[in-house]
Amino acid sequence: MTIFQLEIQLVAAVVAAACALPGAFLVLRQMAMMSDAISHAILPGIVVAFFLTGDLSSPLLIIGAALTGVLTVALVEVVNRTQLVKEDAAIGLVFPVLFSIGVILIARYAGDVHLDTDAVLLGELALVPFDRLVLGGYDLGPRALYLMGVVGLTGVLFIALFYKELKLATFDAGLAATLGFLPAVLHYALMGLVSVTAVAAFDAVGSILVVALMVGPPATAHLLTDRLARMIGLSVLLGVVSAVSGYWLAHALDASIAGSMATMVGVLFGAAFLFAPHRGIVAVMRRRVRQRWTFAQKMLTIHLLHHEDRPEAERESRIDHLQEHLQWSADFAGRVVRQSIQNKLVIRTNGHLALTEAGRRLAREAIVQA
Amino acid sequence: METAIEVSDLTVAYRDHPVLWDIDLDVPSGVLMAIVGPNGAGKTTLIKAILGLVKTAAGQVLIFDKPYEKQRHRVGYVPQRGSVDWDFPTSVLDVVMMGLYGKIGWLRRPGRRERAQALDALKKVGMDAFANRQISQLSGGQQQRVFLARALVQDADVYFMDEPFQGVDATTERAIIALLRELRGRGKTVLVVHHDLQTVPEYFDEVMLLNVRRIASGPVADVFTDDNLRLTYGGRVAFLKAQQSKDDVPLAKVG
Repeated sequence: MTIFQLEIQLVAAVVAAACALPGAFLVLRQMAMMSDAISHAILPGIVVAFFLTGDLSSPLLIIGAALTGVLTVALVEVVNRTQLVKEDAAIGLVFPVLFSIGVILIARYAGDVHLDTDAVLLGELALVPFDRLVLGGYDLGPRALYLMGVVGLTGVLFIALFYKELKLATFDAGLAATLGFLPAVLHYALMGLVSVTAVAAFDAVGSILVVALMVGPPATAHLLTDRLARMIGLSVLLGVVSAVSGYWLAHALDASIAGSMATMVGVLFGAAFLFAPHRGIVAVMRRRVRQRWTFAQKMLTIHLLHHEDRPEAERESRIDHLQEHLQWSADFAGRVVRQSIQNKLVIRTNGHLALTEAGRRLAREAIVQA
Repeated sequence: METAIEVSDLTVAYRDHPVLWDIDLDVPSGVLMAIVGPNGAGKTTLIKAILGLVKTAAGQVLIFDKPYEKQRHRVGYVPQRGSVDWDFPTSVLDVVMMGLYGKIGWLRRPGRRERAQALDALKKVGMDAFANRQISQLSGGQQQRVFLARALVQDADVYFMDEPFQGVDATTERAIIALLRELRGRGKTVLVVHHDLQTVPEYFDEVMLLNVRRIASGPVADVFTDDNLRLTYGGRVAFLKAQQSKDDVPLAKVG
């Protein structure tokens, strides 16, 4: 591994971690689309700030663009509040307008600068090591690493300081407001963080990957844990894993780094979607199947309990009678009986079934619960 | 008797469409009061307006003679169960501790004492065994009891509850009622948005009949009459025939 490769992975990992932090809250607030809106709408901000400063790496650029991000959020709210369109439509109306203004500005006035529309969407991670931070003659490494590092630390600090407040405002904004925790201010602060992170990440990875990294890892983490702190930590970890594995995928396929990273985000989500311990599709299906069999065993014990010590018990407890009475197929009835015997709920004596003490208890409990 | 909540001339409108129209309401301290009215009558909006959660077009709200902003710490709020995302990654105990955040204040974290207080409140609603469960594993009634525990730890003087009985099981309904009575016994004032007219006389001391305007409010025996209910719900009060044995009292002043 060359030093360049290492630097690219390092930058990608820091970008992913920085995006995952505010991303976790976006996902929980059901505002994932806002990352899409912000990461696109900051483009005119970047262009205008570039015209003013003439420098693509000026910190003013980040502040200007971040302001556009917050403006996007405000505009969406203004459009939404007219109640003429719903929020998702408002988002879809606002950001393409801002984004296309940025595209037109670039095409018209900045044709000769490094700000082409390809880079806007996918960024160019491979170029990251060429833009270096040099202080007093010392080469300190890629500039993007420091930029993203500062932004990432800002995110860590913001979330660590206001963890309790963010949690409350996200879970129950009404209570947060009545307790005096200013959920609207927190909302805009969070959107400000999303904007700053998106702008900083934008140059390295482009707007599509910003969306993928803000939404994907937190959505995956949400499937894997049910505590907020763990979900945030896991989001960061999954983001870093997607970034590094995506880099090597791109290396192997000789494909776009950003594209491969976004693919890995999707692959990890798909894996969690299928195999997450409690919420994954497989776990849910297995639970359903298990429930079907335990329910059938309960039905059997209840049936036997109803007819126990009665004249008809002789007839009702015959295995072949179950098919008729409970409308079970011979195969199904046979399996339920086998399982019930295995679980010591019933015993079989020459073709007749009798409840054990455990079976009787199960049946009584089931009846009481109903 | 001291007045816990005093609402005067409260009006809320969505553009030119009034949702609450010139509401006056006095709630004496230490009573359980139900707010009843048909769907869209503005019951939830009234609570939210009192708590400053929706913009008011006019009017004034006083909690123990002071504006709400100065009395936050004396007010507890139980929103509708459906107003939050129960898939949120957090535990039952954590949700209850949220009720203490106001006392803890900005930046500081809840500690051992807060955990103990929250556990205590969970015990009161019979949910202590669930403290470490994820909240999505709860039934509707259990969710409601968690919300009540959260209100309990706020240790407020005035409580606002938005449909706590909505869709809960019998056990939870009994638990809520026991809790409401305990709160009243401790001199608290509770304002409850309520749907089930049958249980109003049994559960509550006072009632407010609301349909955009205040139709009537006061002690249940005085204002919970067929005439007032008809004014509130239109003609649809046939299901309240059981009430008919009571003598109708003259109409309270409308609006």
